[in-house]
Amino acid sequence: MTSKEKTWWGVAGVAIVIYALFPIAWIVSLSFKAPSALNNGNFLPGAPTWENYSLILTGGASDLFLPALRNSFGICLIATAISCLLAMFAAYAIARLDFPGKKFILGTALAVAIFPVISIVTPLFNLWRNIGLYDTWPGLIIPYLSLTLPISIWTMSAFFREIPWEMEQAAQVDGATTWQAFRKVIVPLAAPGVFTTAIIAFFIAWNDFVYGISLTSTEAARPVPAALGLFSGASQFEDPTGAISAAAVIVTIPVIVLVLLFQRRIVAGLTNGAVKG
Amino acid sequence: MSTTTLPPAEKTQPVSAPDAKTSDRAKSERKLGWLLAGPALAVMLLVTAYPIAQAVYDSLFDFRLTDPDNRSFTGLSNYGVILSDWLWWRSLLVTGFITLVTVAVELVLGFALAMVMAKALSTIRPVLRAAILIPYAVITVVSAFAWQFAFDIQTGFVNSWFGWLPGISGDTDWFGGTWTSLLVICLAEIWKTTPFISLLLLAGLAQVPEVLQEAAKVDGASWWQRMRKVTLPNMKAAIMVALLFRTLDAFRVFDSIFIMTGGANATESVSFLAYRQTISRLEIGLGSAVSVLLFLAVVFIAMSFIKGFKVDLSQSRGEG
Repeated sequence: MTSKEKTWWGVAGVAIVIYALFPIAWIVSLSFKAPSALNNGNFLPGAPTWENYSLILTGGASDLFLPALRNSFGICLIATAISCLLAMFAAYAIARLDFPGKKFILGTALAVAIFPVISIVTPLFNLWRNIGLYDTWPGLIIPYLSLTLPISIWTMSAFFREIPWEMEQAAQVDGATTWQAFRKVIVPLAAPGVFTTAIIAFFIAWNDFVYGISLTSTEAARPVPAALGLFSGASQFEDPTGAISAAAVIVTIPVIVLVLLFQRRIVAGLTNGAVKG
Repeated sequence: MSTTTLPPAEKTQPVSAPDAKTSDRAKSERKLGWLLAGPALAVMLLVTAYPIAQAVYDSLFDFRLTDPDNRSFTGLSNYGVILSDWLWWRSLLVTGFITLVTVAVELVLGFALAMVMAKALSTIRPVLRAAILIPYAVITVVSAFAWQFAFDIQTGFVNSWFGWLPGISGDTDWFGGTWTSLLVICLAEIWKTTPFISLLLLAGLAQVPEVLQEAAKVDGASWWQRMRKVTLPNMKAAIMVALLFRTLDAFRVFDSIFIMTGGANATESVSFLAYRQTISRLEIGLGSAVSVLLFLAVVFIAMSFIKGFKVDLSQSRGEG
């Protein structure tokens, strides 16, 4: 590559970083704007203030935001854990055993993944009201499985296929017990795949808006995206822009931390084999 | 939004090769397979097949929650009501428009991003990868707010930054009209979901054999010729998979519309129409019928991709 070409690719790289970060920078900037500065048309806040953060964390909007944050974390973590556990068994069977239902299970996962979420919401809305699951944690965890389980099965079975399972037998030949072989050989090999799958499943659950807004009505179960969506509609404060921005920044921090720590694995999980013909 | 990945081609053979006769071992393996994978399959069917069946059933009734005692069987009349209503066709057009525009732009932009990442020096590649993952990981609602506030007539900076462009001034109301609203909705969707496409295409680029590129270069092929005759044909599987998933994902567009316009100014998508009928208006019968129609549309799109473009998903897994 000539140095001129290098410069051009470098410029393109910088452009990508700006592309990715610009809207985030904007919402961060907004979250630090004082109400008087909101409408000045500037990108930067000028005189930054923590006002919006104190409003949602300790002030008037905290009773809307904090329960939602707790709901989001709780519901998403439980849904992720359940789908990873179920997917672990399924992916092991798919990667390791020879049985006729494999293709059907993967096909079902694919079909569920492309299923329009709103088509599930309509019947659940009525059913949940009748059996008392409306506006409860289980009432969201169960439909969240339709989002997290298919991708968990696909991603994890991709990872499990790459595991050199022969090593288990090799360890047993060398004198390890079945449990030791599993514990010392297979678990360390499988753990990264399970972990990556969990991150991706968590992202998807964390992102949900349709279920959150349709199947909850109070702070009892309403997750953050739904709470944010309603901030704008029936707001109690004058201009919700600053408060929404601050809340948006707070819910973005966990995903950015995960991305920065595990970017290589997430990319592998997302693309693994999608295109290996 | 929801995204999906496909696992890789089979690298290792199944542990046991199937015998001509079903041995006891094969039988017990089959049993164990179903025992392990059964629960996951059951849960998946429970959370999707059952609700859609219920939706089909509900759609045959005139049923609103505000008046539950007057629930009556009306056959297919809900479908008649919807299909003869301009609202349905308009929301279908809006959904189709958003899908077409976002997927087309994302494919081109995603390819450009993938090319840059492929060429980037290994030192800066992790930086680019982390940067590109951020839009993917950010909540759609947050992205929608960021774009809405940027274009907003009061809080936004777009009008003051781009006021020198013809047609944009300090009081351009982006959310006052259908086309400008749709433009901002599309921009937000494109920003958020291009990374997913570009990562799939990057993986596809890595599959193009280097020897072919070199051979074409030696034979004097131009950059464009190499792109058209070598790179793209070898990436066909990756492109098709990316297209299929993004198209179906885009067709479900809901979050950005809810946040930015609330469906005002004729920006309602099909998902939004179903939501409004069921959750806001409590018309369970009509809402279910819209849901069923949306489901059929998604199945139709998936089928046309798989039959029309011959996207063989099982082959891309090496099971074909």
